[in-house]
Amino acid sequence: MNFRRALIIGLPYFWLLVFFLAPFLIVLKISLSDTAIAQPPYTPILDLSAGWQGIKDFVGGLDLESFTWLLQDSLYINAFLSSLKIAFISTFLTFLVGFPIAYGMARAPQGIRPLLVMAIILPFWTSFLIRVYAWIGILRTEGLLNQFLLWTGLISEPLQVMNTNIAVYIGIVYSYLPFMVLPIYSTLEKMDDSLLEAAIDLGCSRLKAFWLITLPLAAPGVIAGCFLVFIPAMGEFVIPDLLGGSSTLMMGKTLWIEFFSNRDWPVASAVAIILLLTLVVPIVLFQRQLERQQEASR
Amino acid sequence: MTRRFTWFNATSLTFGFVFLYLPILLLMIYSFNESKLVTVWAGFSTKWYGELARNEAMLSAAWVTLRVAFMTATLATILGTMAAWVLVRYGRFRGRTLFSGMIYAPLVMPEVITGLSLLLLFIAMSIERGLYTVVIAHTTFAMCYVAVVVSSRLVSFDTSLEEAALDLGCTPADAFFSVTLPIIAPSVIAGWLLAFTLSLDDLVIASFTTGPGATTLPIKIYSAVRLGVSPEINALSTILITLVAVGVIVASVLEKRWWSRRSG
Repeated sequence: MNFRRALIIGLPYFWLLVFFLAPFLIVLKISLSDTAIAQPPYTPILDLSAGWQGIKDFVGGLDLESFTWLLQDSLYINAFLSSLKIAFISTFLTFLVGFPIAYGMARAPQGIRPLLVMAIILPFWTSFLIRVYAWIGILRTEGLLNQFLLWTGLISEPLQVMNTNIAVYIGIVYSYLPFMVLPIYSTLEKMDDSLLEAAIDLGCSRLKAFWLITLPLAAPGVIAGCFLVFIPAMGEFVIPDLLGGSSTLMMGKTLWIEFFSNRDWPVASAVAIILLLTLVVPIVLFQRQLERQQEASR
Repeated sequence: MTRRFTWFNATSLTFGFVFLYLPILLLMIYSFNESKLVTVWAGFSTKWYGELARNEAMLSAAWVTLRVAFMTATLATILGTMAAWVLVRYGRFRGRTLFSGMIYAPLVMPEVITGLSLLLLFIAMSIERGLYTVVIAHTTFAMCYVAVVVSSRLVSFDTSLEEAALDLGCTPADAFFSVTLPIIAPSVIAGWLLAFTLSLDDLVIASFTTGPGATTLPIKIYSAVRLGVSPEINALSTILITLVAVGVIVASVLEKRWWSRRSG
């Protein structure tokens, strides 16, 4: 009995420890190492066969050089600030777009609600890369949006949307919309309508009842949705790389370039550590929220 | 009735779904474009599908991707179902907080971090990179999605059925395979499908953890997309989207049948 229990806990636990937690320690270690022109391109390397001296050399070789490097170069600070800004603005925009959809879904006749949920989830199953790619054809200077606007006569010159931050906002809102809509929908759907009836009986206008009752009750869903958008958006790589221009700096893109183009592993690791430290608080809060919801549904 | 469906609701739903589906629809339409210029319509043609069928590099990448996705989905479903069981059934045990943390964190962890850290692990352990390292990497995040999907079903599971089976002399393993598993099967299958498509779609983690000879389809698509839009990519995207959409719809119809048969 106990053996079985140990096995069922142990196997997934072990897997996650080795392939999820342990790698972070290695990233931390490499971020404290120096760049080297070697394979792997960093020093020092922990040499356990050299015994105590090996460990001493290893610890002595660690320093904060990569981090000072990051702080001195305004490129990295700008990338960090711009990631924060883009993640905040796009989370807010996703909320603005997502809430009315979730609200509409929750009000729709009961029979078609599963169909609507399905329609929201379906794009999430199709490739992220392909959905971002679809926007390139639309937003390019000679793309479909400009063709359409020129045809209607609304503009006389093609708009430059592609390779700007606006394209990145559109890309993030589009890609992460299901993550915002679904949690909000699930709170709104469970809402007790008699509360609204009571408020209206007591003389509230519909708008006021919405503001005083619906919105606060939807808060857990809104918070969960915002976390689900903000955290991954902060480290997003594909969207700023394909839709944003060379002036769109984001942490995920910086990390990618440091690693694949500059082959500077310690700096790439330092970027990862800083990104991770920024996200620890939202991730922990998000987890609390999830656990609370699970407790509540029990 | 306070729960009314107003014109405002109708408009926001219409706009919302147009926003979600129009880009995909346009992408699919232009895959049938005669012209090499993706956004200039020059008549209907299926020639890009023909080109695609002759593109050896794409086909071999597709084969690699399918194998990776199949192995990932199977491993992730086993590990993820176990993890869901632990989360829902085992109550408190030492290290539970860390465990649930490691289940939920990968759901939101930026892919660049997961990818970089796994690559550095593989190098530190001097594991040669290739198909299997991608499978390990994908399994690690996909199992967490499976755990969430399965645990949401396990939470509402009536344990008295299992207890009855145990009282009637089933071993715990018997009870699991003949009572519990058939009941939670739809969510386990949904978890498998989710893991499969997550693996199929992933670019970032695969780029970090892959090695020579194991180029997956998204990596191939990405390098083609960086060179600009091409109707061949539109054709490939159309095929992928259609396959996934049909798969998801069939799965959900089957699930509905399953439930109605059980309750009916």
